[in-house]
Amino acid sequence: MALITFREERCKGCRLCTTVCPKNLVVMSGQINDMGYHPASVLEMEKCTGCALCAMICPDLVIEVQREVKAV
Amino acid sequence: MKGNEAIGEGAVRAGCRYFFGYPITPQSELTHYLAKRLPEVGRLYMQAESEVASINMVYGASGAGARVMTSSSGPGISLMQEGLSYLAGAQLPCVVVNMMRGGPGLGNIAPSQADYFQATKGGGHGDYHLIVLAPNSVQELVDIMKKAFDLADRYRNPVMVMADGIMAQMMEPVELDDQYQIEIQPKPWAATGKVDHEGKNLINSCYVIPEEMESLNFILRDKYSEINKNEQVCEEYQLDGADIVLVAFGTASRICRAVVEKARAQGIPVGMIRPISLWPFPADFIGTAANRVKCFLSVEMNMGQMVEDVRLSVCGKAPVYHYGRFGGMVPTVRDVLEEVKKIYSGGAGQ
Amino acid sequence: MRKVFSRPVSLKDVPFHYCPGCNHGIAHRLIAEVIDELNIQDNTIGVAPVGCSVFTMDYFDIDMFQASHGRAPAVATGIKRVLPDRVVFTYQGDGDLAAIGTGEFVHAAARGENITLIFINNAVYGMTGGQMAPTTLIGQKTKTSPQGRKHEVNGYPIKVCEMLPPLEGTAYVARVAVHKPKSIIQAKKAIKKAFEVQIKGLGFSLVEVLSACPTNWGLSPIEAVTWLEENMIPYYPLGEFKTPTAGVI
Repeated sequence: MALITFREERCKGCRLCTTVCPKNLVVMSGQINDMGYHPASVLEMEKCTGCALCAMICPDLVIEVQREVKAV
Repeated sequence: MKGNEAIGEGAVRAGCRYFFGYPITPQSELTHYLAKRLPEVGRLYMQAESEVASINMVYGASGAGARVMTSSSGPGISLMQEGLSYLAGAQLPCVVVNMMRGGPGLGNIAPSQADYFQATKGGGHGDYHLIVLAPNSVQELVDIMKKAFDLADRYRNPVMVMADGIMAQMMEPVELDDQYQIEIQPKPWAATGKVDHEGKNLINSCYVIPEEMESLNFILRDKYSEINKNEQVCEEYQLDGADIVLVAFGTASRICRAVVEKARAQGIPVGMIRPISLWPFPADFIGTAANRVKCFLSVEMNMGQMVEDVRLSVCGKAPVYHYGRFGGMVPTVRDVLEEVKKIYSGGAGQ
Repeated sequence: MRKVFSRPVSLKDVPFHYCPGCNHGIAHRLIAEVIDELNIQDNTIGVAPVGCSVFTMDYFDIDMFQASHGRAPAVATGIKRVLPDRVVFTYQGDGDLAAIGTGEFVHAAARGENITLIFINNAVYGMTGGQMAPTTLIGQKTKTSPQGRKHEVNGYPIKVCEMLPPLEGTAYVARVAVHKPKSIIQAKKAIKKAFEVQIKGLGFSLVEVLSACPTNWGLSPIEAVTWLEENMIPYYPLGEFKTPTAGVI
């Protein structure tokens, strides 16, 4: 169970995040943000494992990731 | 004490904690002295890989809040010009000694005053000024270092001390003040890590937005006006009743002093004004003196550089002449006296 | 649920001015994460020289110096000599470090200056519009090598990490890349190690970061990271080129 949030206003539409998702969940939105880019988003959030690879490659720190962490 | 060593000892006594430099003649003994002396008092002497690196190490050390200096001569000072512009832009205090030598180009190691324009008119890029001081005795070399560091800190501006190979090698008795108190004011602007202050400190001269860059320039302009108002320093010699006034700094002023005495002995009323601050130039004093003398003769070891500032100060109230020797040559008392006589018989005597 | 990925506190919450897909942002984030993890935000001083990297002075929430082109290691030397207990790093591009600043980084390394250089190698001058850099590859087209870099005219690209290990003052030298997640994880480890080397007072450390510049390479961001993988890494192999004596870290 994971939740990723996109600060869409900061996204420059570079698409690097779309190439690293193991489940191909990240897609570019049809909307255009204030900077004129199509921001990245996730449609099927329930499938996201919270691996954070998309956040790791994002050059603009658009993505924040939360997930259930098992108690150790 | 030798001139070069006097500057070194003056710097140590002024609380200079760091020296970064690169070898060049004729300032070598200054570095030899500091390389030995600074570690004795637990401070750092460091030889850099170039003058370019030296001045940037000075930039780093100054931004980190330290009293720091470097020294060099013409060719090395030229390499430092970019760094000096950055220091001025980031408003960082430091002291730079220039033991001027004959030029242009590689030139020679003989004494010269040919770097006057470079020092007083900017030298590097952009609108800025160095504070420029020109002592003329070994005692003054010692004393001026404290003043140089204090002015640098007070105005957050680089200060240049200008002398030449003659003064560097000259030996004179020196009185060292052992009661010397150094008061270094806190530097809350220094970038020493956020642990030391609220918020973030930035040492910077880059303002991409012209309005912001202009704001910095306004601050600098106001600062320079303040310096110009407060820090003009000169010495007068035998000005009473003088028809001809010699204007000379550093080594040239020592020659001119003898010229004044000889001329007076021959009945020619000559006096001298010796600028000690080359920037700010003592324009107010010279401008006032221009009301009561017949002419000025600027005596320099260059083709005629300071003479422009003398003319601006005199502002057309009297003729201003120049006499110079260049390329490492030093004017003799006889030659300057001849020039004085020529001017005197040509009209200044009537 | 717990946040497992968010902005490091050592990075101010302002947008980067970099072009879409520029890898500078990734390198910035890794440095800031390392500063956070080592808990040195208040003791760290950064030096940003000329080029795209100059704006790092606005992005990191630490004390910063802006330096002239190529001179960051000299400025860092001045800072470190005054404040030896602070962590001092520079963030320099390839034009800055490997062309105009060649004297400064080599001598800082030779002195064993206890500072860290983060060297961003994207094989091109970015800020000035895509000119040939000292690290531009043979055959690579730039605005000033429009037919592709020719060694007969321009010589060969400089391999900084291969140059440094013989200098005794160097303690840690590594080359990493930030073009894919696996490399990014390695890159962060290397940056952290470099900072730790400095904190332990072991000497000079440099981490070269291969980084994509899609705009000046004339490629899309996705094409650019592929180009980096296929062209830069074969010439600039990744790895550690020098590490302190085993067991010290």
